[in-house]
Amino acid sequence: MSGNKHKMRVGDSPWVRRTLIGLTLFLTFILLVVPLFSIFQQAFMKGAEHYFTSLVEADTLHAIGLTLVVAALTVPINLVFGVMLAWAVTRFEFPGRKILMTLLDIPFAMSPVVAGLLYLLLYGNNGWIGSWLYDQDIQLMFAWPGIVMVTVFVTCPFVARELIPLMQQQGREDEEAAVILGASGWQLFRRVTLPNIKWALIYGVILTNARAVGEFGAVSVVSGNIRGETNTLPLHVQLQYEDYQAAAAFASASLLAMIALITLLFKAFVEWRQERSLKIESDKEKQVTQ
Amino acid sequence: MATNLSVDHPRPRHKRVLPGLGLSLGTSLLFISLIMLLPMAGLVMQTADMGWEQYWSVISDERVVASYKVTLWAAFIASIFNGFLGLLLAWVLVRYEFPGRRILDALVDLPFALPTAVAGITLATLYAQNGWYGSILESLGIKVAYTPVGIVLAMAFTSIPFVVRTVQPVLEELSPEEEEAGMTLGASDWAVFRRVIFPALWPALMTGVALSFTRSLGEFGAVIFIAGNMPYVSEITSLMIFVSLQEFDFPAASAIASVVLMASLVLLFAINLWQARYLRRLHGR
Repeated sequence: MSGNKHKMRVGDSPWVRRTLIGLTLFLTFILLVVPLFSIFQQAFMKGAEHYFTSLVEADTLHAIGLTLVVAALTVPINLVFGVMLAWAVTRFEFPGRKILMTLLDIPFAMSPVVAGLLYLLLYGNNGWIGSWLYDQDIQLMFAWPGIVMVTVFVTCPFVARELIPLMQQQGREDEEAAVILGASGWQLFRRVTLPNIKWALIYGVILTNARAVGEFGAVSVVSGNIRGETNTLPLHVQLQYEDYQAAAAFASASLLAMIALITLLFKAFVEWRQERSLKIESDKEKQVTQ
Repeated sequence: MATNLSVDHPRPRHKRVLPGLGLSLGTSLLFISLIMLLPMAGLVMQTADMGWEQYWSVISDERVVASYKVTLWAAFIASIFNGFLGLLLAWVLVRYEFPGRRILDALVDLPFALPTAVAGITLATLYAQNGWYGSILESLGIKVAYTPVGIVLAMAFTSIPFVVRTVQPVLEELSPEEEEAGMTLGASDWAVFRRVIFPALWPALMTGVALSFTRSLGEFGAVIFIAGNMPYVSEITSLMIFVSLQEFDFPAASAIASVVLMASLVLLFAINLWQARYLRRLHGR
C-alpha cells in the first residue's frame, strides 16, 4: 500500500489513483450495489404489509421450513467430511493426495443441473439403486432426502477448501509436540487443532450453509417442484416469479439475500480478526528483536 | 521418547507421529466414492447403454449444437470481461487505501453468497424493458434481457469473484523492488506495469479467467431467468438437459450431460495442472 513515502510505485500518482478508484466504485455500484438494493426495493414494492403477508403464506412458510431442514442436515455432514479430508491431506503424505484434492473441486466445476441428473439416474425409480429401493418402498428422488443428497454433493468442498490452506500454513509442529507430550487423538484435536482453525471452520460452515440454503439447479432437478411439499425457498422464488407474483417472489428472495449479507459480514469479521492477530504477532516479534 | 526430543535429531518426516490417518482418509475416500464417483459411474453406465449412433444423434442435434455455441460464446465473453474487471478490482483493493475499501472487499463475494435464482430474477427485473437499467438501455436501442447479452451478463455476475480472489493474493505478495527500480529509472507507469507487474500476474489472472469460464459454462439459475430461452438463440446447454428431463427423456439428458461433464472435468484438470506447474516455477523447484 502507499505507506512508503520515498519511492513511487506504479499507479501512485493522484490522477491514476483517483481514476481507478472512481471507476471501480462506479462499476461495483452499477453491477453489485444497485442489484442488491433492488431486491429489497422490489420486495417492498406493494408495501410492508404485503411483504409480511406474502412471507407468512402457507406455501412460503413450508418452503422456508424445508430449506432450514435441508441446511440443518447438510451442514453437519459436510462439517465432518471437511475436517476429515483437511486433516488427511494436510497432516499426511500419501500417493494420490493431489488427485484427492482435485476430486474435491468437481462439485465447483460441474453444472448443478448435471449434478442433479447424476443423482436422478442413480436413485430415481428406474435407476440402478433406485429401482431396488423402489421395491423396498423407499422413495428418495422427488422427495426431501433427494434434495438433501444433492445439496450435500454441491456444498461438500466448502469446509475443506477453507481449512486446507490454513492448516497447511500452520504446519504440524504444534500437533506433533502435543502427541509427544502424550495427548490422545481427541484431546489433540480439541485442544490444539480446533483453537487454531476455529474461525476458518466457522466461516466454512457459514459458506456451506449459504450455498445449501440457496442451491437451485441441482435441487430443481430432483425436487419435482411439488408446491407446499418439495419446494425449497429458491424454487419457491422461481414459482412465484413465474406466476407473475413479482413482489412475493422478491419478498422470499429478500430472505435469501439477507442470509447472503450475513455471510459477507461474517467473512469481513473473520478476516479482520485474522489480520489483527497477525499484526499482534508481528508486533510481538518486533519487540523481541528490539 | 528421549531420542525423539533430542535437539539434533532431524524431524522425522517419514515417520508418522500424528494419529488419525486411517480414520480421516478412510472417511474421506468413502464419502467421495459414495457421493461423487458412484453417481458419475451411473452416468457412464446410462450412456453406455445407448449405442454410439443414438448418442451421436442426440449430442449433434441442431438445437443442442446451437446451445453449445451460445453457452461457449457467452462464457468466453463473460470471462474475458471478468479478466479486466477482476484485475481492476484486485488492483484497487490491494494498492489503495480509501474509505469503504473493506466494504468493497466484502461486496466482491456477493455473487458467491447470493443464491443464483435470486441473482437471476434480480438481473432479469433490472434489465427488462421496464426495469431501471432496461429502460435506459432501451432508449439507446440496446436490449439485454431475453437476449444472449443477458446470458453474458448473468454469467459475468456470478463468476466475477473467481478472478478477483485469484489475482488479489499474488498482487499482495509482489515485491516492490523491481517496480521501484523501474520507476526510479524514469519508466512510465504503463511501461512498468506491462514489463514488470503484468508478467508476474498473468498466470494467476489466467487461472482466474479459466475458473470464471468453467463456472459460467455450468451456470443455470442466474441465466435461465434473463435468457428468454429461445430455441437456437438463447438456450444454454444446461437448460437443454433440464428440458430433456422434463420430457422424461433420460437417455438424451444423460448424453448431453456427459458432454458437459467431460468439458468441465477436462477444464478442471487442465487448470489444476497449470496451477501446479506455475506454482512449482514460482517456488523454484
